[in-house]
Amino acid sequence: MTKEQIKATILEIIAQIIPDEDLSNLKGDIPLREQVELDSMDFLDLIMELRKHYGIEVPENDYMQLATLDGSVAYLEPRMKKL
Amino acid sequence: MSHDRSKDTRSEYDVIVIGGGLAGLTCANMLARGGHSVLLLEQHYNLGGLATWFKRKGHIFDIALHGFPVGMIKTCRKYWTSEIASMIVQLKGIRFDNPQFSFTTTYDREDFTRVLEQRFKIPRENIEGFFDTARNMNFYDDQSMTTKEFFEKFFPGRDDVHRMLMESITYANGSTLDDPAITYGIVFSNFMSKGVYTVRGGTDQFIGKMREELLKNGVDIRTKCLVEKIITKDKKVGGVIANGKTIKSKAVVSNGNLLSTIHKLVGDENFSKSFVTEAKKMRLNNSTCQVYIGIKKGERIDYIGDLLFTSEAEKFDPQELCSKNTTSRTFSIYYPQTRPGSDMYSIVASSNANYNDWANLSEEEYRASKEALIQRTLYALEKYVPKIRDKIDHLEAATPKTFQRYTLHLSGASFGTKFEGLKVSMGLPKEILGLFHTGSVGIIMSGWLGAANYGVIVANDVDKFLSAGARNV
Repeated sequence: MTKEQIKATILEIIAQIIPDEDLSNLKGDIPLREQVELDSMDFLDLIMELRKHYGIEVPENDYMQLATLDGSVAYLEPRMKKL
Repeated sequence: MSHDRSKDTRSEYDVIVIGGGLAGLTCANMLARGGHSVLLLEQHYNLGGLATWFKRKGHIFDIALHGFPVGMIKTCRKYWTSEIASMIVQLKGIRFDNPQFSFTTTYDREDFTRVLEQRFKIPRENIEGFFDTARNMNFYDDQSMTTKEFFEKFFPGRDDVHRMLMESITYANGSTLDDPAITYGIVFSNFMSKGVYTVRGGTDQFIGKMREELLKNGVDIRTKCLVEKIITKDKKVGGVIANGKTIKSKAVVSNGNLLSTIHKLVGDENFSKSFVTEAKKMRLNNSTCQVYIGIKKGERIDYIGDLLFTSEAEKFDPQELCSKNTTSRTFSIYYPQTRPGSDMYSIVASSNANYNDWANLSEEEYRASKEALIQRTLYALEKYVPKIRDKIDHLEAATPKTFQRYTLHLSGASFGTKFEGLKVSMGLPKEILGLFHTGSVGIIMSGWLGAANYGVIVANDVDKFLSAGARNV
Protein backbone atom coordinates (compact mmCIF):
# COMPACT_ATOMS: atom_id res chain seq x y z
CA MET A 1 0.00 0.00 0.00
CA THR A 2 1.05 3.56 -0.67
CA LYS A 3 0.84 6.27 1.98
CA GLU A 4 -2.36 7.55 0.39
CA GLN A 5 -3.93 4.09 0.44
CA ILE A 6 -2.94 3.59 4.05
CA LYS A 7 -4.51 6.91 4.99
CA ALA A 8 -7.69 5.96 3.11
CA THR A 9 -7.76 2.59 4.91
CA ILE A 10 -7.44 4.21 8.34
CA LEU A 11 -10.20 6.68 7.54
CA GLU A 12 -12.41 3.85 6.30
CA ILE A 13 -11.94 1.93 9.57
CA ILE A 14 -12.61 5.05 11.65
CA ALA A 15 -15.75 5.77 9.61
CA GLN A 16 -17.07 2.32 10.52
CA ILE A 17 -16.33 2.88 14.20
CA ILE A 18 -17.87 6.36 14.44
CA PRO A 19 -20.34 6.59 11.53
CA ASP A 20 -21.94 9.81 12.80
CA GLU A 21 -18.74 11.89 12.71
CA ASP A 22 -17.67 14.06 9.78
CA LEU A 23 -14.15 12.98 8.80
CA SER A 24 -13.74 15.13 5.70
CA ASN A 25 -11.79 17.95 7.37
CA LEU A 26 -9.49 16.00 9.68
CA LYS A 27 -6.09 17.62 10.17
CA GLY A 28 -3.19 15.21 9.96
CA ASP A 29 -1.03 16.68 12.68
CA ILE A 30 -3.64 17.18 15.43
CA PRO A 31 -4.64 14.25 17.69
CA LEU A 32 -7.76 12.53 16.35
CA ARG A 33 -9.38 12.63 19.79
CA GLU A 34 -9.25 16.44 19.77
CA GLN A 35 -11.08 16.62 16.44
CA VAL A 36 -13.76 13.94 16.65
CA GLU A 37 -15.59 11.99 19.36
CA LEU A 38 -13.20 9.08 19.39
CA ASP A 39 -12.96 7.56 22.87
CA SER A 40 -10.37 5.10 24.12
CA MET A 41 -12.56 2.11 23.19
CA ASP A 42 -13.03 3.45 19.66
CA PHE A 43 -9.26 3.70 19.46
CA LEU A 44 -8.93 0.07 20.56
CA ASP A 45 -11.44 -0.87 17.86
CA LEU A 46 -9.03 0.63 15.34
CA ILE A 47 -6.16 -1.43 16.77
CA MET A 48 -8.33 -4.60 16.72
CA GLU A 49 -9.43 -4.01 13.14
CA LEU A 50 -5.80 -3.62 12.04
CA ARG A 51 -5.06 -7.05 13.50
CA LYS A 52 -8.15 -8.82 12.20
CA HIS A 53 -8.09 -7.53 8.64
CA TYR A 54 -4.46 -6.66 8.00
CA GLY A 55 -2.58 -8.87 10.44
CA ILE A 56 -0.85 -5.91 12.05
CA GLU A 57 -0.09 -6.12 15.77
CA VAL A 58 0.32 -2.76 17.48
CA PRO A 59 1.82 -3.22 20.96
CA GLU A 60 0.44 -1.01 23.75
CA ASN A 61 3.71 0.90 23.99
CA ASP A 62 3.23 2.13 20.43
CA TYR A 63 -0.35 3.40 20.86
CA MET A 64 0.85 6.99 21.27
CA GLN A 65 2.30 6.92 17.77
CA LEU A 66 -1.18 6.43 16.35
CA ALA A 67 -2.66 9.48 18.06
CA THR A 68 -2.68 11.57 14.87
CA LEU A 69 -3.50 10.62 11.29
CA ASP A 70 0.01 11.54 10.09
CA GLY A 71 1.54 9.55 12.94
CA SER A 72 -0.58 6.53 12.06
CA VAL A 73 0.45 6.62 8.41
CA ALA A 74 4.13 6.95 9.33
CA TYR A 75 3.86 4.08 11.80
CA LEU A 76 1.91 1.78 9.49
CA GLU A 77 3.78 2.50 6.25
CA PRO A 78 6.65 0.03 6.76
CA ARG A 79 4.16 -2.53 8.11
CA MET A 80 1.62 -2.19 5.29
CA LYS A 81 4.01 -1.62 2.41
CA LYS A 82 3.71 -5.20 1.18
CA LEU A 83 -0.08 -5.51 1.54
CA MET B 1 -35.97 -27.58 28.09
CA SER B 2 -33.16 -28.22 25.67
CA HIS B 3 -31.38 -24.93 26.44
CA ASP B 4 -31.09 -25.72 30.11
CA ARG B 5 -28.42 -27.74 31.88
CA SER B 6 -25.59 -29.58 30.30
CA LYS B 7 -27.61 -32.22 28.42
CA ASP B 8 -26.95 -32.53 24.70
CA THR B 9 -24.01 -30.13 24.58
CA ARG B 10 -21.45 -30.91 21.94
CA SER B 11 -18.37 -32.71 23.21
CA GLU B 12 -16.09 -29.86 22.13
CA TYR B 13 -16.23 -26.12 21.39
CA ASP B 14 -13.71 -23.50 20.32
CA VAL B 15 -14.53 -21.45 23.42
CA ILE B 16 -16.45 -21.97 26.64
CA VAL B 17 -17.56 -18.78 28.41
CA ILE B 18 -18.25 -19.26 32.10
CA GLY B 19 -20.79 -16.77 33.41
CA GLY B 20 -23.33 -14.62 31.61
CA GLY B 21 -22.62 -11.19 33.10
CA LEU B 22 -22.48 -8.26 30.71
CA ALA B 23 -18.78 -8.87 30.01
CA GLY B 24 -19.28 -12.62 29.41
CA LEU B 25 -22.30 -12.04 27.17
CA THR B 26 -20.51 -9.42 25.08
CA CYS B 27 -17.40 -11.56 24.81
CA ALA B 28 -19.48 -14.59 23.72
CA ASN B 29 -21.32 -12.50 21.14
CA MET B 30 -18.11 -11.13 19.59
CA LEU B 31 -16.53 -14.59 19.42
CA ALA B 32 -19.63 -16.13 17.82
CA ARG B 33 -19.75 -13.28 15.31
CA GLY B 34 -16.13 -14.04 14.50
CA GLY B 35 -17.11 -17.56 13.48
CA HIS B 36 -16.03 -19.49 16.58
CA SER B 37 -18.21 -22.14 18.22
CA VAL B 38 -19.18 -20.84 21.66
CA LEU B 39 -20.76 -22.49 24.70
CA LEU B 40 -22.05 -20.10 27.37
CA LEU B 41 -22.58 -21.57 30.83
CA GLU B 42 -24.48 -19.68 33.53
CA GLN B 43 -25.23 -21.06 37.01
CA HIS B 44 -28.32 -18.87 37.54
CA TYR B 45 -31.56 -19.34 35.61
CA ASN B 46 -31.30 -15.82 34.13
CA LEU B 47 -28.49 -14.32 32.09
CA GLY B 48 -27.13 -10.90 33.05
CA GLY B 49 -25.09 -11.53 36.20
CA LEU B 50 -25.66 -8.49 38.40
CA ALA B 51 -27.61 -6.89 35.53
CA THR B 52 -30.63 -8.77 36.72
CA TRP B 53 -34.21 -8.35 37.91
CA PHE B 54 -36.93 -10.12 39.84
CA LYS B 55 -40.73 -10.04 39.87
CA ARG B 56 -43.06 -9.60 42.84
CA LYS B 57 -46.80 -8.78 42.86
CA GLY B 58 -46.79 -7.34 39.35
CA HIS B 59 -43.61 -5.34 39.98
CA ILE B 60 -40.35 -5.89 38.18
CA PHE B 61 -37.39 -4.73 40.27
CA ASP B 62 -34.14 -3.94 38.47
CA ILE B 63 -31.06 -4.79 40.55
CA ALA B 64 -28.73 -2.77 38.36
CA LEU B 65 -28.28 -0.76 35.16
CA HIS B 66 -29.65 2.18 37.19
CA GLY B 67 -27.34 4.57 35.41
CA PHE B 68 -24.44 4.27 32.99
CA PRO B 69 -22.58 6.60 30.59
CA VAL B 70 -23.68 7.47 27.06
CA GLY B 71 -20.84 5.34 25.67
CA MET B 72 -23.07 2.31 26.26
CA ILE B 73 -25.15 3.33 23.22
CA LYS B 74 -22.09 3.10 21.01
CA THR B 75 -20.96 -0.12 22.68
CA CYS B 76 -24.35 -1.75 22.10
CA ARG B 77 -24.47 -0.55 18.50
CA LYS B 78 -20.95 -1.79 17.73
CA TYR B 79 -20.95 -5.10 19.61
CA TRP B 80 -24.68 -5.93 19.73
CA THR B 81 -27.44 -4.44 17.56
CA SER B 82 -28.90 -1.01 16.79
CA GLU B 83 -32.16 -2.27 18.27
CA ILE B 84 -30.51 -2.93 21.64
CA ALA B 85 -28.71 0.43 21.44
CA SER B 86 -32.03 2.17 20.77
CA MET B 87 -33.39 1.00 24.14
CA ILE B 88 -30.98 3.33 25.94
CA VAL B 89 -32.41 6.66 27.15
CA GLN B 90 -31.11 9.57 29.20
CA LEU B 91 -32.05 10.19 32.85
CA LYS B 92 -32.19 13.95 33.16
CA GLY B 93 -33.01 14.48 36.82
CA ILE B 94 -29.96 13.61 38.92
CA ARG B 95 -30.33 14.98 42.42
CA PHE B 96 -27.78 15.44 45.20
CA ASP B 97 -28.96 16.02 48.76
CA ASN B 98 -26.69 15.99 51.80
CA PRO B 99 -25.74 18.40 54.63
CA GLN B 100 -23.12 20.07 52.40
CA PHE B 101 -25.19 20.74 49.29
CA SER B 102 -28.48 20.06 47.54
CA PHE B 103 -29.19 20.54 43.83
CA THR B 104 -30.45 18.85 40.67
CA THR B 105 -28.25 18.38 37.63
CA THR B 106 -28.13 16.66 34.25
CA TYR B 107 -24.73 15.30 35.39
CA ASP B 108 -22.67 16.42 32.42
CA ARG B 109 -19.68 18.69 31.97
CA GLU B 110 -21.68 21.74 30.99
CA ASP B 111 -24.02 21.55 33.96
CA PHE B 112 -21.29 20.57 36.44
CA THR B 113 -19.27 23.57 35.24
CA ARG B 114 -22.28 25.80 35.96
CA VAL B 115 -22.72 24.32 39.46
CA LEU B 116 -19.01 24.51 40.30
CA GLU B 117 -18.82 28.10 39.13
CA GLN B 118 -22.06 29.50 40.55
CA ARG B 119 -22.67 27.43 43.66
CA PHE B 120 -19.15 26.51 44.72
CA LYS B 121 -17.49 29.70 43.38
CA ILE B 122 -14.62 27.85 41.71
CA PRO B 123 -12.57 29.84 39.15
CA ARG B 124 -13.33 28.80 35.57
CA GLU B 125 -9.71 27.86 34.79
CA ASN B 126 -9.57 25.33 37.64
CA ILE B 127 -12.79 23.73 36.42
CA GLU B 128 -11.55 23.56 32.83
CA GLY B 129 -8.17 22.23 33.95
CA PHE B 130 -9.83 19.52 36.02
CA PHE B 131 -12.16 18.34 33.25
CA ASP B 132 -9.45 18.40 30.59
CA THR B 133 -7.01 16.45 32.75
CA ALA B 134 -9.66 13.84 33.59
CA ARG B 135 -10.69 13.49 29.95
CA ASN B 136 -7.14 12.92 28.77
CA MET B 137 -6.44 10.11 31.21
CA ASN B 138 -5.70 6.71 29.71
CA PHE B 139 -5.60 3.35 31.42
CA TYR B 140 -1.93 2.94 30.52
CA ASP B 141 -1.00 6.25 32.19
CA ASP B 142 0.93 6.74 35.44
CA GLN B 143 -0.98 5.35 38.42
CA SER B 144 0.88 6.99 41.28
CA MET B 145 -1.45 9.98 41.75
CA THR B 146 -4.48 9.22 43.93
CA THR B 147 -7.96 10.61 43.30
CA LYS B 148 -7.62 12.69 46.48
CA GLU B 149 -4.38 14.27 45.18
CA PHE B 150 -6.06 14.90 41.83
CA PHE B 151 -8.92 16.76 43.57
CA GLU B 152 -6.50 18.70 45.79
CA LYS B 153 -4.61 19.89 42.74
CA PHE B 154 -7.60 21.72 41.28
CA PHE B 155 -9.84 22.25 44.33
CA PRO B 156 -7.48 22.51 47.31
CA GLY B 157 -9.14 22.13 50.71
CA ARG B 158 -12.64 21.97 49.24
CA ASP B 159 -14.08 18.80 50.76
CA ASP B 160 -17.55 19.84 49.58
CA VAL B 161 -16.36 19.84 45.96
CA HIS B 162 -14.48 16.58 46.50
CA ARG B 163 -17.71 15.05 47.79
CA MET B 164 -19.74 16.27 44.83
CA LEU B 165 -17.20 14.77 42.43
CA MET B 166 -16.59 11.50 44.30
CA GLU B 167 -19.74 10.25 46.02
CA SER B 168 -21.77 9.26 42.97
CA ILE B 169 -18.77 7.54 41.38
CA THR B 170 -18.27 5.57 44.60
CA TYR B 171 -21.81 4.26 44.10
CA ALA B 172 -21.08 3.52 40.44
CA ASN B 173 -17.89 1.51 40.85
CA GLY B 174 -16.86 1.30 44.49
CA SER B 175 -13.75 3.47 44.04
CA THR B 176 -12.73 5.99 46.68
CA LEU B 177 -10.25 8.80 47.30
CA ASP B 178 -7.25 6.50 47.80
CA ASP B 179 -7.62 4.71 44.45
CA PRO B 180 -5.48 5.83 41.49
CA ALA B 181 -6.71 9.05 39.87
CA ILE B 182 -6.96 7.41 36.45
CA THR B 183 -9.56 4.93 37.74
CA TYR B 184 -11.66 7.93 38.72
CA GLY B 185 -10.88 10.14 35.73
CA ILE B 186 -11.84 7.63 33.06
CA VAL B 187 -15.19 6.64 34.58
CA PHE B 188 -16.04 10.22 35.57
CA SER B 189 -15.25 11.55 32.09
CA ASN B 190 -17.40 8.85 30.52
CA PHE B 191 -20.36 10.14 32.53
CA MET B 192 -19.52 13.81 32.05
CA SER B 193 -19.53 13.55 28.25
CA LYS B 194 -23.33 13.46 28.03
CA GLY B 195 -24.88 12.52 31.38
CA VAL B 196 -26.53 9.41 32.82
CA TYR B 197 -28.43 6.79 30.81
CA THR B 198 -30.60 3.77 31.50
CA VAL B 199 -32.58 1.13 29.61
CA ARG B 200 -36.14 1.80 28.54
CA GLY B 201 -38.05 -1.45 28.83
CA GLY B 202 -36.07 -2.58 31.84
CA THR B 203 -33.20 -4.98 32.44
CA ASP B 204 -35.39 -8.00 31.64
CA GLN B 205 -36.03 -6.84 28.08
CA PHE B 206 -32.45 -5.63 27.58
CA ILE B 207 -30.92 -8.96 28.58
CA GLY B 208 -33.72 -10.79 26.73
CA LYS B 209 -32.73 -9.06 23.48
CA MET B 210 -29.11 -9.97 24.07
CA ARG B 211 -30.09 -13.58 24.57
CA GLU B 212 -31.96 -13.57 21.24
CA GLU B 213 -28.93 -12.09 19.50
CA LEU B 214 -26.58 -14.68 21.01
CA LEU B 215 -28.83 -17.52 19.85
CA LYS B 216 -29.06 -15.94 16.39
CA ASN B 217 -25.26 -15.86 16.22
CA GLY B 218 -25.10 -19.52 17.16
CA VAL B 219 -24.03 -19.37 20.82
CA ASP B 220 -25.07 -22.50 22.72
CA ILE B 221 -26.57 -21.09 25.95
CA ARG B 222 -27.00 -23.25 29.04
CA THR B 223 -28.45 -21.73 32.18
CA LYS B 224 -28.59 -23.43 35.60
CA CYS B 225 -25.28 -24.96 34.62
CA LEU B 226 -22.65 -24.63 37.32
CA VAL B 227 -19.00 -24.96 36.32
CA GLU B 228 -17.14 -26.91 38.98
CA LYS B 229 -13.70 -26.99 37.44
CA ILE B 230 -11.64 -25.59 34.61
CA ILE B 231 -9.55 -28.43 33.23
CA THR B 232 -5.87 -27.63 32.69
CA LYS B 233 -2.97 -29.85 31.75
CA ASP B 234 0.68 -28.91 31.21
CA LYS B 235 -0.18 -25.19 31.48
CA LYS B 236 -2.84 -25.52 28.81
CA VAL B 237 -6.60 -25.28 29.05
CA GLY B 238 -8.60 -28.38 28.06
CA GLY B 239 -12.21 -27.56 28.88
CA VAL B 240 -14.51 -27.51 31.89
CA ILE B 241 -16.52 -29.76 34.14
CA ALA B 242 -20.09 -28.46 34.39
CA ASN B 243 -22.92 -30.14 36.28
CA GLY B 244 -20.54 -33.12 36.53
CA LYS B 245 -20.00 -33.37 32.78
CA THR B 246 -16.66 -32.86 31.00
CA ILE B 247 -16.84 -30.55 27.98
CA LYS B 248 -13.71 -29.89 25.92
CA SER B 249 -12.61 -26.57 24.45
CA LYS B 250 -9.56 -24.83 23.02
CA ALA B 251 -10.14 -21.72 25.12
CA VAL B 252 -12.01 -20.87 28.32
CA VAL B 253 -13.15 -17.37 29.29
CA SER B 254 -14.20 -16.97 32.91
CA ASN B 255 -16.64 -14.16 33.62
CA GLY B 256 -16.80 -15.36 37.22
CA ASN B 257 -15.18 -13.59 40.14
CA LEU B 258 -11.43 -13.42 39.48
CA LEU B 259 -10.43 -14.80 42.89
CA SER B 260 -12.68 -17.85 42.66
CA THR B 261 -11.59 -18.42 39.06
CA ILE B 262 -7.98 -18.71 40.20
CA HIS B 263 -8.30 -20.40 43.58
CA LYS B 264 -11.34 -22.57 43.02
CA LEU B 265 -12.02 -23.24 39.34
CA VAL B 266 -8.39 -23.67 38.23
CA GLY B 267 -6.60 -24.25 41.54
CA ASP B 268 -3.42 -22.59 42.86
CA GLU B 269 -1.30 -25.68 42.09
CA ASN B 270 -1.69 -24.99 38.37
CA PHE B 271 -0.15 -21.51 38.49
CA SER B 272 3.39 -20.31 39.08
CA LYS B 273 4.15 -19.35 42.68
CA SER B 274 4.77 -15.71 41.82
CA PHE B 275 1.39 -15.46 40.09
CA VAL B 276 -0.43 -16.92 43.09
CA THR B 277 1.41 -14.49 45.39
CA GLU B 278 0.33 -11.60 43.16
CA ALA B 279 -3.24 -12.89 43.02
CA LYS B 280 -3.43 -13.18 46.80
CA LYS B 281 -2.60 -9.49 47.16
CA MET B 282 -5.66 -8.60 45.12
CA ARG B 283 -8.36 -6.77 47.08
CA LEU B 284 -12.05 -7.24 46.38
CA ASN B 285 -14.34 -4.27 46.06
CA ASN B 286 -17.17 -3.77 48.53
CA SER B 287 -20.64 -5.25 48.27
CA THR B 288 -24.12 -3.73 48.24
CA CYS B 289 -27.37 -3.52 50.21
CA GLN B 290 -30.61 -2.80 48.42
CA VAL B 291 -34.20 -2.13 49.44
CA TYR B 292 -36.93 -2.78 46.87
CA ILE B 293 -40.06 -0.70 47.28
CA GLY B 294 -43.18 -1.52 45.26
CA ILE B 295 -45.90 1.10 44.98
CA LYS B 296 -49.56 -0.07 45.01
CA LYS B 297 -51.35 -0.20 41.69
CA GLY B 298 -53.30 3.04 41.22
CA GLU B 299 -50.98 5.06 43.50
CA ARG B 300 -48.56 7.52 41.92
CA ILE B 301 -45.43 9.41 42.82
CA ASP B 302 -44.84 12.99 41.66
CA TYR B 303 -41.64 13.45 39.69
CA ILE B 304 -38.83 13.95 42.22
CA GLY B 305 -35.92 13.13 39.91
CA ASP B 306 -34.62 9.86 38.45
CA LEU B 307 -31.53 9.19 40.56
CA LEU B 308 -31.14 10.68 44.04
CA PHE B 309 -27.77 10.61 45.76
CA THR B 310 -28.69 11.25 49.37
CA SER B 311 -26.78 11.23 52.63
CA GLU B 312 -27.10 12.55 56.15
CA ALA B 313 -23.35 12.27 56.79
CA GLU B 314 -21.80 15.66 57.57
CA LYS B 315 -18.80 14.98 55.33
CA PHE B 316 -17.86 12.48 52.62
CA ASP B 317 -16.51 9.46 54.45
CA PRO B 318 -15.76 6.23 52.56
CA GLN B 319 -16.12 4.24 55.78
CA GLU B 320 -19.52 5.70 56.61
CA LEU B 321 -20.60 4.93 53.05
CA CYS B 322 -20.01 1.19 53.52
CA SER B 323 -21.01 0.94 57.19
CA LYS B 324 -23.95 -1.16 58.29
CA ASN B 325 -25.96 1.86 59.44
CA THR B 326 -25.00 4.18 56.61
CA THR B 327 -27.33 7.07 55.79
CA SER B 328 -25.76 7.39 52.33
CA ARG B 329 -27.77 5.78 49.56
CA THR B 330 -28.97 6.13 45.99
CA PHE B 331 -32.66 6.07 45.19
CA SER B 332 -33.47 4.90 41.67
CA ILE B 333 -37.03 5.92 40.94
CA TYR B 334 -38.81 3.83 38.31
CA TYR B 335 -41.74 5.75 36.82
CA PRO B 336 -44.17 3.88 34.52
CA GLN B 337 -42.49 5.31 31.41
CA THR B 338 -39.39 3.22 32.17
CA ARG B 339 -41.43 0.21 31.14
CA PRO B 340 -43.80 1.43 28.43
CA GLY B 341 -47.19 -0.21 28.82
CA SER B 342 -46.87 -0.54 32.59
CA ASP B 343 -48.63 1.73 35.08
CA MET B 344 -46.53 0.68 38.06
CA TYR B 345 -44.04 2.72 40.11
CA SER B 346 -41.16 1.21 42.03
CA ILE B 347 -38.09 2.45 43.88
CA VAL B 348 -34.77 0.71 44.44
CA ALA B 349 -32.52 2.09 47.18
CA SER B 350 -28.87 1.04 46.97
CA SER B 351 -26.02 1.54 49.42
CA ASN B 352 -22.49 0.25 49.54
CA ALA B 353 -21.80 -2.40 52.19
CA ASN B 354 -19.14 -4.63 53.72
CA TYR B 355 -19.72 -8.37 53.58
CA ASN B 356 -18.24 -8.89 57.05
CA ASP B 357 -20.85 -6.68 58.69
CA TRP B 358 -23.57 -9.02 57.47
CA ALA B 359 -21.95 -12.46 57.17
CA ASN B 360 -21.71 -13.57 60.77
CA LEU B 361 -25.05 -12.57 62.25
CA SER B 362 -27.39 -15.10 63.85
CA GLU B 363 -30.54 -15.75 61.88
CA GLU B 364 -32.49 -13.54 64.25
CA GLU B 365 -29.95 -10.70 64.13
CA TYR B 366 -29.83 -10.94 60.36
CA ARG B 367 -33.59 -10.64 60.02
CA ALA B 368 -33.68 -7.72 62.47
CA SER B 369 -30.84 -5.97 60.62
CA LYS B 370 -32.68 -6.32 57.33
CA GLU B 371 -35.82 -4.85 58.88
CA ALA B 372 -33.80 -1.95 60.34
CA LEU B 373 -32.29 -1.34 56.89
CA ILE B 374 -35.78 -1.16 55.38
CA GLN B 375 -37.01 1.22 58.10
CA ARG B 376 -33.96 3.54 57.78
CA THR B 377 -34.52 3.64 54.04
CA LEU B 378 -38.21 4.52 54.34
CA TYR B 379 -37.40 7.20 56.92
CA ALA B 380 -35.00 8.79 54.43
CA LEU B 381 -37.43 8.42 51.53
CA GLU B 382 -40.27 10.17 53.38
CA LYS B 383 -38.40 13.43 52.96
CA TYR B 384 -38.79 13.18 49.19
CA VAL B 385 -42.09 11.27 48.92
CA PRO B 386 -44.42 12.30 51.75
CA LYS B 387 -46.68 9.50 53.08
CA ILE B 388 -44.66 6.90 51.18
CA ARG B 389 -45.58 4.26 53.77
CA ASP B 390 -49.27 4.45 52.75
CA LYS B 391 -48.45 3.81 49.10
CA ILE B 392 -46.36 0.68 49.43
CA ASP B 393 -47.47 -2.86 48.68
CA HIS B 394 -44.11 -4.60 48.65
CA LEU B 395 -40.90 -4.22 50.68
CA GLU B 396 -37.85 -6.42 50.49
CA ALA B 397 -34.15 -6.10 51.29
CA ALA B 398 -30.99 -7.63 49.83
CA THR B 399 -27.66 -7.72 51.67
CA PRO B 400 -24.10 -8.74 50.74
CA LYS B 401 -25.16 -12.31 51.60
CA THR B 402 -27.97 -12.12 49.05
CA PHE B 403 -25.54 -10.89 46.41
CA GLN B 404 -23.13 -13.69 47.19
CA ARG B 405 -25.86 -16.30 46.97
CA TYR B 406 -27.10 -15.23 43.55
CA THR B 407 -23.85 -14.23 41.83
CA LEU B 408 -21.43 -16.59 43.65
CA HIS B 409 -19.06 -13.62 43.93
CA LEU B 410 -16.78 -14.01 46.92
CA SER B 411 -18.00 -11.74 49.73
CA GLY B 412 -20.84 -10.62 47.48
CA ALA B 413 -18.44 -8.21 45.73
CA SER B 414 -20.49 -5.99 43.46
CA PHE B 415 -17.70 -4.16 41.64
CA GLY B 416 -15.19 -6.95 41.14
CA THR B 417 -11.66 -6.35 42.33
CA LYS B 418 -9.61 -3.25 43.02
CA PHE B 419 -7.15 -1.78 40.53
CA GLU B 420 -4.46 -4.46 40.90
CA GLY B 421 -6.98 -7.02 39.59
CA LEU B 422 -6.62 -5.79 36.02
CA LYS B 423 -3.00 -6.96 35.81
CA VAL B 424 -3.89 -10.37 37.26
CA SER B 425 -6.89 -10.74 34.94
CA MET B 426 -4.80 -9.86 31.89
CA GLY B 427 -1.95 -12.09 33.10
CA LEU B 428 -3.98 -15.32 33.12
CA PRO B 429 -3.27 -16.31 29.47
CA LYS B 430 0.48 -16.02 30.10
CA GLU B 431 0.14 -18.53 32.94
CA ILE B 432 -2.19 -21.02 31.27
CA LEU B 433 -2.50 -21.14 27.51
CA GLY B 434 -6.08 -20.58 26.38
CA LEU B 435 -7.34 -19.32 29.76
CA PHE B 436 -8.88 -15.85 29.88
CA HIS B 437 -10.87 -13.73 32.32
CA THR B 438 -13.29 -10.89 31.74
CA GLY B 439 -15.54 -8.85 34.00
CA SER B 440 -15.29 -6.15 36.62
CA VAL B 441 -11.64 -5.79 37.47
CA GLY B 442 -9.57 -2.89 38.56
CA ILE B 443 -12.35 -0.32 38.77
CA ILE B 444 -11.30 1.04 35.42
CA MET B 445 -13.02 -1.82 33.71
CA SER B 446 -15.93 -1.80 36.11
CA GLY B 447 -19.10 0.03 35.78
CA TRP B 448 -21.33 -1.48 33.12
CA LEU B 449 -19.68 0.22 30.17
CA GLY B 450 -16.24 -0.92 31.26
CA ALA B 451 -17.42 -4.49 31.78
CA ALA B 452 -18.99 -4.75 28.32
CA ASN B 453 -15.94 -3.19 26.69
CA TYR B 454 -13.55 -5.46 28.55
CA GLY B 455 -15.58 -8.37 27.13
CA VAL B 456 -14.74 -7.07 23.64
CA ILE B 457 -11.05 -6.64 24.43
CA VAL B 458 -10.82 -10.20 25.76
CA ALA B 459 -12.79 -11.56 22.77
CA ASN B 460 -10.11 -10.00 20.58
CA ASP B 461 -7.36 -11.75 22.59
CA VAL B 462 -9.20 -15.07 22.37
CA ASP B 463 -9.67 -14.65 18.62
CA LYS B 464 -5.95 -13.92 18.29
CA PHE B 465 -5.15 -17.08 20.27
CA LEU B 466 -7.54 -19.29 18.30
CA SER B 467 -6.35 -17.96 14.93
CA ALA B 468 -2.72 -18.60 15.87
CA GLY B 469 -3.65 -22.16 16.89
CA ALA B 470 -5.42 -22.73 13.58
CA ARG B 471 -2.32 -21.58 11.68
CA ASN B 472 -0.08 -23.98 13.59
CA VAL B 473 -2.19 -27.06 12.89
